[in-house]
Amino acid sequence: MALLEIKDLHVALNDGTEIVKGIDLTVRSGEVHAIMGPNASGKSTLAYALMGHPSYKISGGDVLLDGESLLPLGADERAQRGLFLAFQYPYAVPGVTVSSFLRSAMNALRKARADGTDDPIPIPEFRKDLAAAMEHLKVPRELLGRYLNDGFSGGEKKRIEILQMALLRPQIAVLDETDSGLDIDALKTVADGVSDLVGPEMGAIVITHYQRILNYIHPDFVHVFAGGRFVAEGDAELAKKLESEGYDAYLPEGIPGDG
Amino acid sequence: MAKPETDVSQIGRDYKYGFHTTDKPAFSTGRGLTREVVETISAQKGEPGWMLERRLQAYEHFLTRPVPTWGGDLSEIDFDAMFYYVKPIENQAESWEELPPDIKQTWDRLGIPEAEKKYLAGVGAQYESEVVYHKLKEELTRRGVVFLDMDSGLREHEEIVREHFGNIVPFRDNKFAALNTAVWSGGSFIYVPPGVKVEMPLQAYFRINAENMGQFERTLIVIDENAFVHYVEGCTAPIYSSDSLHAAVVEIIVKPGGRCRYTTIQNWSTNVYNLVTKRAVAQENATVEWVDGNLGSKLTMKYPAIWLTGEGAHGEVLSIAFAGPGQHQDTGAKAVHMAPNTTSLITAKSISRGGGRAGYRGLVSVANGARGAKSKVVCDALILDEESRSDTYPTIRVHESDADVGHEATVSKIGEEQLFYLMSRGLSESEASSMIVSGFVEPITKELPLEYAVEMNRLIQLQMEGSVG
Ligand SMILES: Nc1ncnc2c1ncn2[C@@H]1O[C@H](COP(=O)(O)OP(=O)(O)OP(=O)(O)O)[C@@H](O)[C@H]1O
Ligand SMILES: [Mg+2]
Repeated sequence: MALLEIKDLHVALNDGTEIVKGIDLTVRSGEVHAIMGPNASGKSTLAYALMGHPSYKISGGDVLLDGESLLPLGADERAQRGLFLAFQYPYAVPGVTVSSFLRSAMNALRKARADGTDDPIPIPEFRKDLAAAMEHLKVPRELLGRYLNDGFSGGEKKRIEILQMALLRPQIAVLDETDSGLDIDALKTVADGVSDLVGPEMGAIVITHYQRILNYIHPDFVHVFAGGRFVAEGDAELAKKLESEGYDAYLPEGIPGDG
Repeated sequence: MAKPETDVSQIGRDYKYGFHTTDKPAFSTGRGLTREVVETISAQKGEPGWMLERRLQAYEHFLTRPVPTWGGDLSEIDFDAMFYYVKPIENQAESWEELPPDIKQTWDRLGIPEAEKKYLAGVGAQYESEVVYHKLKEELTRRGVVFLDMDSGLREHEEIVREHFGNIVPFRDNKFAALNTAVWSGGSFIYVPPGVKVEMPLQAYFRINAENMGQFERTLIVIDENAFVHYVEGCTAPIYSSDSLHAAVVEIIVKPGGRCRYTTIQNWSTNVYNLVTKRAVAQENATVEWVDGNLGSKLTMKYPAIWLTGEGAHGEVLSIAFAGPGQHQDTGAKAVHMAPNTTSLITAKSISRGGGRAGYRGLVSVANGARGAKSKVVCDALILDEESRSDTYPTIRVHESDADVGHEATVSKIGEEQLFYLMSRGLSESEASSMIVSGFVEPITKELPLEYAVEMNRLIQLQMEGSVG
């Protein structure tokens, strides 16, 4: 069982502009928390900050995973402790094939788990795990031999993010708009794939603009994020309401865009 | 988690191939170069008179030729402090078992067969150098292929050597070609008869194994009509306290319809001056490919050249240069189009870090009469930090109006976003950077035989370890 605690978290850009202005959130294994909110409200900033992106400064508060603060740790160490971020805009790494990248990432986590001694996954085991995950998420085989996210379509990138998650088996996963860019069938496949992983071994934060993904990944909690804060909280019904009514009722005057 | 600390300044200095075993040279000419040294080398080898004459002419030329000043800094080379000839063993070994133990030990310690086994475990490929060595020899002999060290080549195939030796790289070409011609020893001699295609890459490992011993190997490859060979040369050198010189010459002639690929991965220790003249002639419809990776050395000056002398000939150069602290890689390529409808493609990638300097120096020339020539040069530089440097010196000379000559160059840095993305998957900063660097050079490593690609990536990792953070 994992426990992620975000306590009064403030996140600022390097120039000092505060984007996230005090967030409290507790995520346990087996839970799905949806975060919905207008463009530019700071959702990705929150996600990046949780993962330790160097462009963002924590200007206040704390983030704890199983009681230990993540703030002194680099992104690699956070990943090694079981945090995962599915990027809204994944980056390309030309020259590195998807399969060799996946294997390196799995080996990096295994090495950390073995206290820094190399413990590479045996190739047959890797192939087996990979084949199973690819079949489950309906990832075309030919993507494996291509360079990571290099020239991938929007939907292909998102599928590969979730494939990574399935193989790296994080304790807490943050999905930043994984649904945007996926067609209707792909959305169902990917969302089901995520749902299958949520359980005693994983909790999830799902950032989205659309209620649709939440039909497949049933959220236990829905948080409305605006102007750098949570402005409302509820259950799955809240997401449905937002879909039909929009954010207007939750936006204080001048938000978004008040800086 | 505690990470082993690595002192950046020591990277590439105390790298793991930096050892040497005690050689007991069977014979040495002592330090410095004189006419007598040249004569002694020739006499020791029992060479024909014309070779001695050639050596002496080259020696005279070497004396009068000034040290070039246009490339890297060569001013610290002390020609008088070097050994020009050290004969390591009495006779050539016929098999792996017969190799003297200390030489075998050096090779073992390079981890060549062992490491491959380890790395390739699970991939299904078995790398068995002894078996390969024997089988290959038999098979080659049966098909009329000659693969010898150059000294034996001269003894056993004097006519072929005499016809081509110094025709492609004359000793007057440059000071170091003159030096090599005067004191050459070792290197490979390859002859592939018409129509014979050698599927398996021919491999040789060179090393410098005596302090201050310059290595002056001389390689001659003759590919007859419609024949093919892929020659692979890898080398990692032990480290010594004083500067060392490696001045090799490689000559290749590919007759009509033939093809030769020559692959080199060099990782000289960081005190070596690596000054190599490589030139190939491609006759009608012949193809020459140079694949050249330079990771070590203090200074490398190497510009593999292809003279496209026959109609329809094609040449390619793929080169990687990696310059770490205190290193200067002045590398590049030359394509000389001398016949109609000849084509060339040059892809050069360089990486510099820790104050290293890597550059591309190239020549594309299209002579009168080389109608319809096409050439493309792509140079990409990756600079890993502010102190490091990359230079590009392309020279283009075109004497035919319909020539199609293109040059593209890019310079990039490792992006913070790309690094963050990889690190968010659990890779450390140095693992993430070496992954990005490996990806950058992948267009070239994918052309290498598997075990060399593995070694290349491992060398990059070694270079990158501790380079960040
Ligand atoms: N590195 C940065 N430099 C400058 N401004 C930034 C940076 N990162 C975020 N911002 C700004 O912070 C605000 C919040 O951006 P963020 O990407 O977190 O929004 P979001 O809620 O994820 O929006 P969307 O729904 O469009 O993905 C925006 O105004 C954005 O321009
Ligand atoms: Mg966003």
